[in-house]
Amino acid sequence: MTAQLVHETTETSDEVPETSESSARAILGATLTFLALVALWELLVRAFNIPGWLLPTPSAIAVALAEWRDELVRHSLVTLYETLLGFALSIAISIPLAVAVVHSAILRNTIYPILLAFQSVPKVAIAPLLTLWIGFGMLPKIAVVFLVCFFPIIVATATGLSAVPAPLMELIRSLSASTMQTFIKIRFPTAMPYIFVGLKVAITLAVIGAVIGEFVGSEDGLGYLIVVSTSQSRTPLAFAALVLLTAISIVLYYGIAFIERIAVPWAPKN
Amino acid sequence: MDKIHIEGLEKTYVSKGGRVTALTQVNLTIRQNEFITLVGPSGCGKSTLLKLIGGLIRPSRGLLLHDGVALTRPPRDVGVVFQEAVLLEWRSVLDNVLLPAEILGLDKTKARARAMHLLNLVGLAGFERRFPRELSGGMQQRVSICRALIHNPSVLLMDEPFAALDAMTREELGFELMRIWDTDKKTVIFVTHNITEAILLADRVVAMSRRPGRIANTVDVALPRPRTIDMEFSPQFKSYSDQIRAVIYHGEGDGRR
Repeated sequence: MTAQLVHETTETSDEVPETSESSARAILGATLTFLALVALWELLVRAFNIPGWLLPTPSAIAVALAEWRDELVRHSLVTLYETLLGFALSIAISIPLAVAVVHSAILRNTIYPILLAFQSVPKVAIAPLLTLWIGFGMLPKIAVVFLVCFFPIIVATATGLSAVPAPLMELIRSLSASTMQTFIKIRFPTAMPYIFVGLKVAITLAVIGAVIGEFVGSEDGLGYLIVVSTSQSRTPLAFAALVLLTAISIVLYYGIAFIERIAVPWAPKN
Repeated sequence: MDKIHIEGLEKTYVSKGGRVTALTQVNLTIRQNEFITLVGPSGCGKSTLLKLIGGLIRPSRGLLLHDGVALTRPPRDVGVVFQEAVLLEWRSVLDNVLLPAEILGLDKTKARARAMHLLNLVGLAGFERRFPRELSGGMQQRVSICRALIHNPSVLLMDEPFAALDAMTREELGFELMRIWDTDKKTVIFVTHNITEAILLADRVVAMSRRPGRIANTVDVALPRPRTIDMEFSPQFKSYSDQIRAVIYHGEGDGRR
Protein backbone atom coordinates (compact mmCIF):
# COMPACT_ATOMS: atom_id res chain seq x y z
CA MET A 1 0.00 0.00 0.00
CA THR A 2 2.86 2.37 0.80
CA ALA A 3 4.24 1.92 -2.71
CA GLN A 4 0.87 2.95 -4.10
CA LEU A 5 0.82 6.08 -1.93
CA VAL A 6 4.30 7.10 -3.08
CA HIS A 7 3.16 6.64 -6.64
CA GLU A 8 0.22 8.98 -6.07
CA THR A 9 2.44 11.81 -4.84
CA THR A 10 5.11 11.50 -7.49
CA GLU A 11 2.41 11.76 -10.11
CA THR A 12 1.43 15.25 -8.93
CA SER A 13 5.02 16.53 -8.64
CA ASP A 14 5.68 15.64 -12.30
CA GLU A 15 3.92 18.81 -13.37
CA VAL A 16 6.29 21.24 -11.63
CA PRO A 17 9.22 21.51 -14.10
CA GLU A 18 6.83 21.91 -17.02
CA THR A 19 5.08 24.95 -15.47
CA SER A 20 8.35 26.72 -14.53
CA GLU A 21 9.64 26.22 -18.07
CA SER A 22 6.49 27.67 -19.61
CA SER A 23 6.58 30.66 -17.24
CA ALA A 24 10.18 31.40 -18.31
CA ARG A 25 9.00 31.31 -21.89
CA ALA A 26 6.14 33.68 -21.01
CA ILE A 27 8.56 36.20 -19.44
CA LEU A 28 10.83 36.07 -22.51
CA GLY A 29 7.85 36.57 -24.80
CA ALA A 30 6.56 39.57 -22.84
CA THR A 31 10.02 41.20 -22.79
CA LEU A 32 10.49 40.80 -26.54
CA THR A 33 7.02 42.21 -27.22
CA PHE A 34 7.76 45.18 -24.96
CA LEU A 35 11.06 45.92 -26.72
CA ALA A 36 9.37 45.64 -30.12
CA LEU A 37 6.69 48.14 -29.06
CA VAL A 38 9.33 50.61 -27.83
CA ALA A 39 11.19 50.29 -31.13
CA LEU A 40 7.95 50.82 -33.06
CA TRP A 41 7.22 53.94 -30.99
CA GLU A 42 10.67 55.36 -31.76
CA LEU A 43 10.25 54.63 -35.47
CA LEU A 44 6.75 56.06 -35.80
CA VAL A 45 7.57 59.30 -33.97
CA ARG A 46 10.60 59.83 -36.21
CA ALA A 47 8.82 58.79 -39.42
CA PHE A 48 5.90 61.18 -38.88
CA ASN A 49 8.06 63.97 -37.45
CA ILE A 50 5.97 64.34 -34.32
CA PRO A 51 7.34 67.23 -32.21
CA GLY A 52 9.05 66.27 -28.95
CA TRP A 53 6.77 68.40 -26.76
CA LEU A 54 3.79 66.43 -28.05
CA LEU A 55 5.17 62.91 -27.94
CA PRO A 56 8.88 62.38 -27.24
CA THR A 57 10.76 59.40 -28.58
CA PRO A 58 11.90 56.70 -26.13
CA SER A 59 15.49 57.82 -26.74
CA ALA A 60 14.58 61.42 -25.79
CA ILE A 61 12.97 60.12 -22.60
CA ALA A 62 16.16 58.17 -21.84
CA VAL A 63 18.18 61.37 -22.33
CA ALA A 64 15.83 63.24 -19.97
CA LEU A 65 16.21 60.46 -17.40
CA ALA A 66 19.99 60.83 -17.50
CA GLU A 67 20.05 64.64 -17.61
CA TRP A 68 17.58 65.20 -14.78
CA ARG A 69 18.91 62.29 -12.74
CA ASP A 70 19.40 64.12 -9.43
CA GLU A 71 16.06 65.95 -9.55
CA LEU A 72 14.23 62.77 -10.53
CA VAL A 73 15.79 60.80 -7.68
CA ARG A 74 14.85 63.50 -5.16
CA HIS A 75 11.23 63.65 -6.33
CA SER A 76 11.02 59.84 -6.52
CA LEU A 77 12.12 59.53 -2.91
CA VAL A 78 9.40 61.98 -1.82
CA THR A 79 6.69 60.02 -3.65
CA LEU A 80 8.09 56.73 -2.40
CA TYR A 81 8.14 58.03 1.16
CA GLU A 82 4.53 59.24 1.00
CA THR A 83 3.43 55.96 -0.55
CA LEU A 84 5.13 53.72 1.98
CA LEU A 85 4.14 55.79 5.00
CA GLY A 86 0.47 55.96 3.95
CA PHE A 87 0.52 52.25 3.14
CA ALA A 88 2.09 51.31 6.48
CA LEU A 89 -0.35 53.52 8.36
CA SER A 90 -3.21 51.87 6.51
CA ILE A 91 -1.99 48.38 7.46
CA ALA A 92 -1.48 49.41 11.07
CA ILE A 93 -5.06 50.63 11.38
CA SER A 94 -7.14 48.51 9.01
CA ILE A 95 -5.87 45.06 10.06
CA PRO A 96 -6.59 45.51 13.80
CA LEU A 97 -9.93 47.07 12.87
CA ALA A 98 -10.76 44.04 10.71
CA VAL A 99 -9.90 41.76 13.65
CA ALA A 100 -12.23 43.80 15.89
CA VAL A 101 -15.02 43.73 13.31
CA VAL A 102 -14.79 39.95 12.92
CA HIS A 103 -14.87 39.34 16.67
CA SER A 104 -17.56 41.83 17.62
CA ALA A 105 -21.10 41.58 16.35
CA ILE A 106 -21.76 45.16 17.49
CA LEU A 107 -18.90 46.59 15.41
CA ARG A 108 -19.85 44.37 12.50
CA ASN A 109 -23.36 45.78 12.50
CA THR A 110 -22.47 49.41 13.20
CA ILE A 111 -19.06 50.52 11.91
CA TYR A 112 -18.48 48.04 9.11
CA PRO A 113 -21.47 49.00 6.91
CA ILE A 114 -20.50 52.67 7.23
CA LEU A 115 -16.92 51.88 6.24
CA LEU A 116 -18.12 49.94 3.22
CA ALA A 117 -20.46 52.75 2.21
CA PHE A 118 -17.60 55.22 2.56
CA GLN A 119 -15.62 53.12 0.11
CA SER A 120 -17.78 54.40 -2.75
CA VAL A 121 -16.71 58.01 -2.10
CA PRO A 122 -14.19 58.84 -4.83
CA LYS A 123 -10.92 59.51 -3.04
CA VAL A 124 -9.69 61.77 -5.87
CA ALA A 125 -12.49 64.15 -4.97
CA ILE A 126 -11.37 64.24 -1.33
CA ALA A 127 -7.77 65.20 -2.13
CA PRO A 128 -8.46 68.97 -2.54
CA LEU A 129 -10.42 68.95 0.72
CA LEU A 130 -7.53 67.26 2.52
CA THR A 131 -5.24 70.01 1.25
CA LEU A 132 -7.73 72.56 2.53
CA TRP A 133 -7.81 70.88 5.95
CA ILE A 134 -4.21 69.86 6.52
CA GLY A 135 -2.18 72.08 4.21
CA PHE A 136 0.39 71.58 1.48
CA GLY A 137 3.03 69.40 3.14
CA MET A 138 3.43 65.66 2.90
CA LEU A 139 0.62 65.00 5.32
CA PRO A 140 -2.34 65.39 2.92
CA LYS A 141 -0.60 63.05 0.40
CA ILE A 142 -0.03 60.46 3.10
CA ALA A 143 -3.68 60.85 4.05
CA VAL A 144 -4.83 60.18 0.46
CA VAL A 145 -2.61 57.10 0.29
CA PHE A 146 -3.99 55.94 3.63
CA LEU A 147 -7.57 56.35 2.41
CA VAL A 148 -7.13 54.51 -0.89
CA CYS A 149 -5.30 51.60 0.80
CA PHE A 150 -7.64 51.31 3.76
CA PHE A 151 -10.61 49.61 2.13
CA PRO A 152 -8.93 46.88 0.11
CA ILE A 153 -6.94 45.86 3.19
CA ILE A 154 -9.78 45.88 5.71
CA VAL A 155 -12.19 44.07 3.38
CA ALA A 156 -9.60 41.42 2.45
CA THR A 157 -8.61 40.89 6.09
CA ALA A 158 -12.17 40.65 7.38
CA THR A 159 -13.07 38.23 4.58
CA GLY A 160 -10.00 36.11 5.28
CA LEU A 161 -10.60 35.98 9.02
CA SER A 162 -14.13 34.74 8.35
CA ALA A 163 -13.05 32.17 5.76
CA VAL A 164 -12.37 29.33 8.21
CA PRO A 165 -14.33 26.27 6.97
CA ALA A 166 -17.35 25.48 9.20
CA PRO A 167 -16.21 21.91 10.09
CA LEU A 168 -12.85 23.30 11.21
CA MET A 169 -14.60 25.78 13.50
CA GLU A 170 -16.61 22.87 14.93
CA LEU A 171 -13.45 20.87 15.51
CA ILE A 172 -11.93 23.83 17.34
CA ARG A 173 -15.08 24.32 19.40
CA SER A 174 -15.18 20.63 20.30
CA LEU A 175 -11.74 21.16 21.87
CA SER A 176 -13.03 24.23 23.75
CA ALA A 177 -10.23 26.36 22.26
CA SER A 178 -10.03 29.95 23.50
CA THR A 179 -10.71 32.90 21.19
CA MET A 180 -6.97 33.67 21.30
CA GLN A 181 -5.96 30.12 20.35
CA THR A 182 -8.51 30.11 17.55
CA PHE A 183 -7.18 33.42 16.27
CA ILE A 184 -3.49 32.54 16.37
CA LYS A 185 -3.67 28.93 15.23
CA ILE A 186 -6.57 29.07 12.80
CA ARG A 187 -8.07 32.42 11.85
CA PHE A 188 -4.97 34.48 11.18
CA PRO A 189 -3.10 31.89 9.10
CA THR A 190 -6.34 31.27 7.15
CA ALA A 191 -6.60 35.02 6.50
CA MET A 192 -2.96 35.46 5.39
CA PRO A 193 -3.43 34.70 1.66
CA TYR A 194 -6.49 37.00 1.63
CA ILE A 195 -4.56 39.77 3.40
CA PHE A 196 -1.83 39.61 0.78
CA VAL A 197 -4.39 39.89 -2.00
CA GLY A 198 -5.59 43.07 -0.27
CA LEU A 199 -2.03 44.35 0.15
CA LYS A 200 -1.21 43.81 -3.50
CA VAL A 201 -4.32 45.69 -4.61
CA ALA A 202 -3.58 48.44 -2.05
CA ILE A 203 0.07 49.00 -2.99
CA THR A 204 -0.74 49.79 -6.63
CA LEU A 205 -3.50 52.15 -5.49
CA ALA A 206 -1.07 53.68 -2.97
CA VAL A 207 1.22 55.04 -5.70
CA ILE A 208 -1.78 56.46 -7.56
CA GLY A 209 -2.98 58.02 -4.29
CA ALA A 210 0.35 59.75 -3.71
CA VAL A 211 0.38 61.17 -7.25
CA ILE A 212 -3.20 62.43 -6.90
CA GLY A 213 -2.20 64.14 -3.69
CA GLU A 214 0.74 65.76 -5.45
CA PHE A 215 -1.36 66.86 -8.42
CA VAL A 216 -3.67 68.82 -6.14
CA GLY A 217 -1.05 70.92 -4.53
CA SER A 218 2.58 70.34 -3.68
CA GLU A 219 6.15 71.45 -4.24
CA ASP A 220 7.79 68.09 -4.76
CA GLY A 221 7.20 64.48 -5.72
CA LEU A 222 6.88 62.87 -9.15
CA GLY A 223 3.23 63.97 -9.48
CA TYR A 224 4.31 67.59 -9.00
CA LEU A 225 7.12 67.10 -11.52
CA ILE A 226 4.68 65.80 -14.13
CA VAL A 227 2.31 68.76 -13.65
CA VAL A 228 5.12 71.35 -13.80
CA SER A 229 7.09 69.88 -16.70
CA THR A 230 3.94 69.40 -18.77
CA SER A 231 2.91 73.02 -18.23
CA GLN A 232 6.41 74.07 -19.38
CA SER A 233 6.23 71.77 -22.43
CA ARG A 234 9.10 69.68 -21.08
CA THR A 235 7.28 66.55 -22.15
CA PRO A 236 10.33 64.22 -22.13
CA LEU A 237 10.83 65.04 -18.44
CA ALA A 238 7.15 64.32 -17.69
CA PHE A 239 7.58 60.98 -19.43
CA ALA A 240 10.75 60.29 -17.46
CA ALA A 241 8.79 60.88 -14.24
CA LEU A 242 6.08 58.57 -15.55
CA VAL A 243 8.66 55.86 -16.22
CA LEU A 244 9.92 56.16 -12.66
CA LEU A 245 6.38 56.05 -11.24
CA THR A 246 5.71 52.87 -13.15
CA ALA A 247 9.00 51.41 -11.95
CA ILE A 248 8.16 52.28 -8.31
CA SER A 249 4.74 50.71 -8.70
CA ILE A 250 6.13 47.50 -10.17
CA VAL A 251 8.95 47.19 -7.65
CA LEU A 252 6.57 47.72 -4.71
CA TYR A 253 4.07 45.20 -6.08
CA TYR A 254 6.70 42.52 -6.57
CA GLY A 255 8.18 43.39 -3.19
CA ILE A 256 4.85 42.52 -1.59
CA ALA A 257 4.58 39.40 -3.75
CA PHE A 258 8.08 38.39 -2.61
CA ILE A 259 7.20 38.86 1.07
CA GLU A 260 4.05 36.82 0.43
CA ARG A 261 6.10 33.98 -1.04
CA ILE A 262 8.12 33.83 2.17
CA ALA A 263 5.35 34.51 4.70
CA VAL A 264 2.61 32.44 3.05
CA PRO A 265 4.27 29.61 1.13
CA TRP A 266 0.94 27.76 1.02
CA ALA A 267 -0.87 30.56 -0.86
CA PRO A 268 -2.09 29.69 -4.35
CA LYS A 269 0.28 31.13 -6.97
CA ASN A 270 -1.23 33.39 -9.59
CA MET B 1 -21.32 0.46 31.31
CA ASP B 2 -23.38 3.10 29.51
CA LYS B 3 -21.18 5.64 27.79
CA ILE B 4 -23.95 7.82 26.44
CA HIS B 5 -27.54 7.87 27.54
CA ILE B 6 -30.17 9.76 25.56
CA GLU B 7 -33.78 10.06 26.60
CA GLY B 8 -36.65 12.01 25.01
CA LEU B 9 -34.19 14.17 23.12
CA GLU B 10 -35.59 16.88 20.87
CA LYS B 11 -33.96 19.58 18.78
CA THR B 12 -35.90 22.35 17.11
CA TYR B 13 -34.52 25.27 15.17
CA VAL B 14 -36.29 28.58 14.88
CA SER B 15 -36.00 29.98 11.38
CA LYS B 16 -37.81 32.61 9.34
CA GLY B 17 -40.24 30.02 8.07
CA GLY B 18 -41.16 29.03 11.62
CA ARG B 19 -40.02 26.22 13.89
CA VAL B 20 -38.27 23.27 12.32
CA THR B 21 -38.08 20.05 14.29
CA ALA B 22 -34.76 18.44 13.38
CA LEU B 23 -35.02 15.60 15.88
CA THR B 24 -37.74 14.30 18.13
CA GLN B 25 -38.31 11.53 20.69
CA VAL B 26 -34.78 10.18 20.47
CA ASN B 27 -34.03 7.44 22.98
CA LEU B 28 -30.68 5.72 22.68
CA THR B 29 -28.20 4.15 25.04
CA ILE B 30 -24.68 3.57 23.79
CA ARG B 31 -22.41 1.18 25.66
CA GLN B 32 -18.74 1.82 26.23
CA ASN B 33 -16.61 0.78 23.24
CA GLU B 34 -19.62 0.10 21.09
CA PHE B 35 -19.40 0.81 17.37
CA ILE B 36 -22.64 2.54 16.38
CA THR B 37 -23.57 3.68 12.91
CA LEU B 38 -26.33 6.21 12.32
CA VAL B 39 -27.86 5.69 8.90
CA GLY B 40 -30.66 7.48 7.13
CA PRO B 41 -31.59 9.74 4.25
CA SER B 42 -30.35 13.32 4.21
CA GLY B 43 -32.37 15.57 6.48
CA CYS B 44 -33.11 12.81 9.01
CA GLY B 45 -31.14 14.64 11.68
CA LYS B 46 -28.25 12.18 11.97
CA SER B 47 -25.61 14.92 11.85
CA THR B 48 -27.67 16.95 14.33
CA LEU B 49 -27.68 13.98 16.71
CA LEU B 50 -23.90 13.71 16.33
CA LYS B 51 -23.45 17.41 17.13
CA LEU B 52 -25.68 17.06 20.18
CA ILE B 53 -23.58 14.15 21.44
CA GLY B 54 -20.42 16.20 20.77
CA GLY B 55 -21.82 19.06 22.85
CA LEU B 56 -21.56 21.42 19.87
CA ILE B 57 -25.24 22.27 20.04
CA ARG B 58 -27.70 22.08 22.94
CA PRO B 59 -30.83 19.95 22.98
CA SER B 60 -34.17 21.79 23.01
CA ARG B 61 -35.63 19.16 25.30
CA GLY B 62 -34.66 15.85 26.85
CA LEU B 63 -31.76 14.20 28.56
CA LEU B 64 -28.24 13.59 27.24
CA LEU B 65 -25.73 12.01 29.62
CA HIS B 66 -22.01 11.37 29.04
CA ASP B 67 -20.69 8.88 31.59
CA GLY B 68 -23.82 9.67 33.61
CA VAL B 69 -23.24 13.44 33.57
CA ALA B 70 -25.26 16.01 31.63
CA LEU B 71 -23.28 18.03 29.09
CA THR B 72 -22.76 21.72 29.66
CA ARG B 73 -19.87 22.14 27.18
CA PRO B 74 -18.08 19.97 24.62
CA PRO B 75 -16.55 17.06 26.56
CA ARG B 76 -12.76 16.75 26.39
CA ASP B 77 -12.59 13.09 25.60
CA VAL B 78 -14.31 13.33 22.23
CA GLY B 79 -12.60 13.23 18.84
CA VAL B 80 -14.33 14.38 15.67
CA VAL B 81 -13.89 13.55 11.98
CA PHE B 82 -15.85 15.27 9.21
CA GLN B 83 -16.61 14.56 5.58
CA GLU B 84 -13.83 16.93 4.56
CA ALA B 85 -10.45 16.42 6.15
CA VAL B 86 -10.16 20.22 6.79
CA LEU B 87 -6.44 20.04 7.46
CA LEU B 88 -4.47 23.25 8.04
CA GLU B 89 -2.57 23.69 4.80
CA TRP B 90 0.25 25.65 6.45
CA ARG B 91 1.05 22.81 8.83
CA SER B 92 2.87 19.58 8.08
CA VAL B 93 1.05 16.27 8.50
CA LEU B 94 2.61 15.81 11.94
CA ASP B 95 1.71 19.35 13.10
CA ASN B 96 -1.84 18.87 11.87
CA VAL B 97 -2.18 15.74 13.97
CA LEU B 98 -0.74 17.63 16.96
CA LEU B 99 -3.23 20.53 16.76
CA PRO B 100 -5.70 19.21 19.41
CA ALA B 101 -2.78 18.34 21.71
CA GLU B 102 -1.56 21.96 21.47
CA ILE B 103 -5.00 23.39 22.18
CA LEU B 104 -5.53 21.06 25.13
CA GLY B 105 -2.00 21.77 26.40
CA LEU B 106 -0.89 18.13 26.47
CA ASP B 107 2.70 17.02 27.09
CA LYS B 108 4.59 17.69 23.82
CA THR B 109 6.96 14.74 23.82
CA LYS B 110 4.24 12.23 24.61
CA ALA B 111 1.87 13.77 22.04
CA ARG B 112 4.59 13.58 19.38
CA ALA B 113 5.25 9.94 20.12
CA ARG B 114 1.54 9.17 19.96
CA ALA B 115 1.17 11.10 16.70
CA MET B 116 3.97 9.07 15.12
CA HIS B 117 2.36 5.87 16.40
CA LEU B 118 -1.03 6.84 14.91
CA LEU B 119 0.45 7.87 11.56
CA ASN B 120 2.24 4.56 11.46
CA LEU B 121 -1.05 2.80 12.21
CA VAL B 122 -2.78 4.36 9.18
CA GLY B 123 0.15 3.68 6.86
CA LEU B 124 1.47 7.24 6.75
CA ALA B 125 4.87 6.62 8.33
CA GLY B 126 7.42 8.73 6.45
CA PHE B 127 4.79 11.31 5.46
CA GLU B 128 4.90 13.37 8.68
CA ARG B 129 6.91 16.24 7.12
CA ARG B 130 4.69 16.42 4.02
CA PHE B 131 2.04 19.10 3.59
CA PRO B 132 -1.67 18.40 3.05
CA ARG B 133 -1.64 19.57 -0.57
CA GLU B 134 0.88 16.83 -1.36
CA LEU B 135 -1.53 14.11 -0.19
CA SER B 136 -4.44 12.36 -1.90
CA GLY B 137 -7.97 12.70 -0.47
CA GLY B 138 -7.75 9.30 1.23
CA MET B 139 -4.40 10.17 2.83
CA GLN B 140 -5.78 13.51 4.05
CA GLN B 141 -8.72 11.75 5.67
CA ARG B 142 -6.30 9.33 7.36
CA VAL B 143 -4.47 12.33 8.81
CA SER B 144 -7.73 13.78 10.09
CA ILE B 145 -8.51 10.47 11.81
CA CYS B 146 -5.10 10.59 13.51
CA ARG B 147 -5.87 14.18 14.57
CA ALA B 148 -9.16 13.03 16.11
CA LEU B 149 -7.36 10.32 18.08
CA ILE B 150 -4.29 12.26 19.27
CA HIS B 151 -5.68 13.12 22.71
CA ASN B 152 -6.86 9.52 23.15
CA PRO B 153 -10.57 10.33 23.43
CA SER B 154 -12.94 7.64 24.62
CA VAL B 155 -15.56 8.70 22.08
CA LEU B 156 -14.98 9.12 18.34
CA LEU B 157 -17.64 11.02 16.39
CA MET B 158 -17.50 10.60 12.63
CA ASP B 159 -19.78 12.59 10.30
CA GLU B 160 -19.85 10.81 6.92
CA PRO B 161 -16.05 10.62 7.01
CA PHE B 162 -15.65 8.56 3.85
CA ALA B 163 -18.48 10.06 1.79
CA ALA B 164 -16.18 12.26 -0.31
CA LEU B 165 -13.81 9.41 -1.20
CA ASP B 166 -13.91 7.01 -4.12
CA ALA B 167 -15.47 3.60 -3.52
CA MET B 168 -12.21 1.68 -3.22
CA THR B 169 -10.53 4.11 -0.82
CA ARG B 170 -13.74 4.19 1.14
CA GLU B 171 -13.70 0.41 1.64
CA GLU B 172 -10.02 0.41 2.48
CA LEU B 173 -10.45 3.12 5.10
CA GLY B 174 -13.46 1.35 6.61
CA PHE B 175 -11.39 -1.76 7.29
CA GLU B 176 -8.51 0.38 8.54
CA LEU B 177 -10.85 2.11 10.97
CA MET B 178 -12.07 -1.25 12.29
CA ARG B 179 -8.48 -2.39 12.73
CA ILE B 180 -7.64 0.74 14.74
CA TRP B 181 -10.81 0.35 16.79
CA ASP B 182 -9.86 -3.28 17.44
CA THR B 183 -6.43 -2.43 18.86
CA ASP B 184 -7.53 0.74 20.64
CA LYS B 185 -11.15 0.37 21.74
CA LYS B 186 -13.36 3.43 21.72
CA THR B 187 -17.01 4.28 21.53
CA VAL B 188 -17.50 5.14 17.87
CA ILE B 189 -20.55 6.92 16.50
CA PHE B 190 -20.37 6.92 12.74
CA VAL B 191 -22.84 8.78 10.52
CA THR B 192 -23.39 7.53 6.98
CA HIS B 193 -26.05 7.39 4.30
CA ASN B 194 -24.59 4.18 2.93
CA ILE B 195 -26.48 1.15 4.31
CA THR B 196 -23.79 -1.38 3.34
CA GLU B 197 -21.10 0.65 5.06
CA ALA B 198 -23.34 1.05 8.10
CA ILE B 199 -23.84 -2.72 8.51
CA LEU B 200 -20.26 -3.70 7.72
CA LEU B 201 -18.79 -1.43 10.40
CA ALA B 202 -21.31 -1.54 13.22
CA ASP B 203 -22.13 -3.49 16.33
CA ARG B 204 -25.48 -1.80 16.09
CA VAL B 205 -27.07 0.19 13.27
CA VAL B 206 -29.38 3.01 14.28
CA ALA B 207 -31.71 3.64 11.35
CA MET B 208 -33.30 7.06 11.20
CA SER B 209 -36.11 8.54 9.17
CA ARG B 210 -37.02 12.14 8.50
CA ARG B 211 -39.71 14.77 8.91
CA PRO B 212 -39.31 14.94 11.78
CA GLY B 213 -35.96 13.20 12.29
CA ARG B 214 -36.27 10.28 14.65
CA ILE B 215 -34.91 6.81 15.31
CA ALA B 216 -36.94 4.36 13.24
CA ASN B 217 -35.26 1.17 14.40
CA THR B 218 -32.02 -0.22 15.76
CA VAL B 219 -30.52 -3.39 14.34
CA ASP B 220 -27.95 -5.47 16.21
CA VAL B 221 -25.35 -6.76 13.79
CA ALA B 222 -24.30 -10.24 14.87
CA LEU B 223 -21.69 -10.75 12.15
CA PRO B 224 -18.40 -12.01 13.62
CA ARG B 225 -15.31 -9.80 13.78
CA PRO B 226 -12.99 -9.20 12.07
CA ARG B 227 -15.42 -8.35 9.32
CA THR B 228 -14.58 -9.22 5.72
CA ILE B 229 -15.79 -7.86 2.42
CA ASP B 230 -17.53 -11.10 1.38
CA MET B 231 -19.87 -10.87 4.38
CA GLU B 232 -21.68 -8.32 2.27
CA PHE B 233 -23.08 -11.18 0.17
CA SER B 234 -24.28 -13.38 3.04
CA PRO B 235 -28.04 -13.90 3.56
CA GLN B 236 -27.69 -12.50 7.08
CA PHE B 237 -26.27 -9.26 5.69
CA LYS B 238 -29.12 -9.02 3.21
CA SER B 239 -31.69 -9.48 5.94
CA TYR B 240 -30.12 -6.61 7.94
CA SER B 241 -30.07 -4.49 4.86
CA ASP B 242 -33.73 -5.23 4.12
CA GLN B 243 -34.76 -4.44 7.69
CA ILE B 244 -32.99 -1.09 7.58
CA ARG B 245 -34.27 -0.19 4.13
CA ALA B 246 -37.82 -1.03 5.19
CA VAL B 247 -37.83 1.27 8.24
CA ILE B 248 -36.06 4.11 6.50
CA TYR B 249 -38.41 4.17 3.53
CA HIS B 250 -41.50 3.25 5.51
CA GLY B 251 -40.78 6.18 7.80
CA GLU B 252 -40.83 8.35 4.70
CA GLY B 253 -44.35 7.56 3.57
CA ASP B 254 -46.29 7.06 6.77
CA GLY B 255 -48.31 10.22 6.48
CA ARG B 256 -46.21 12.35 8.82
CA ARG B 257 -45.23 14.83 6.13
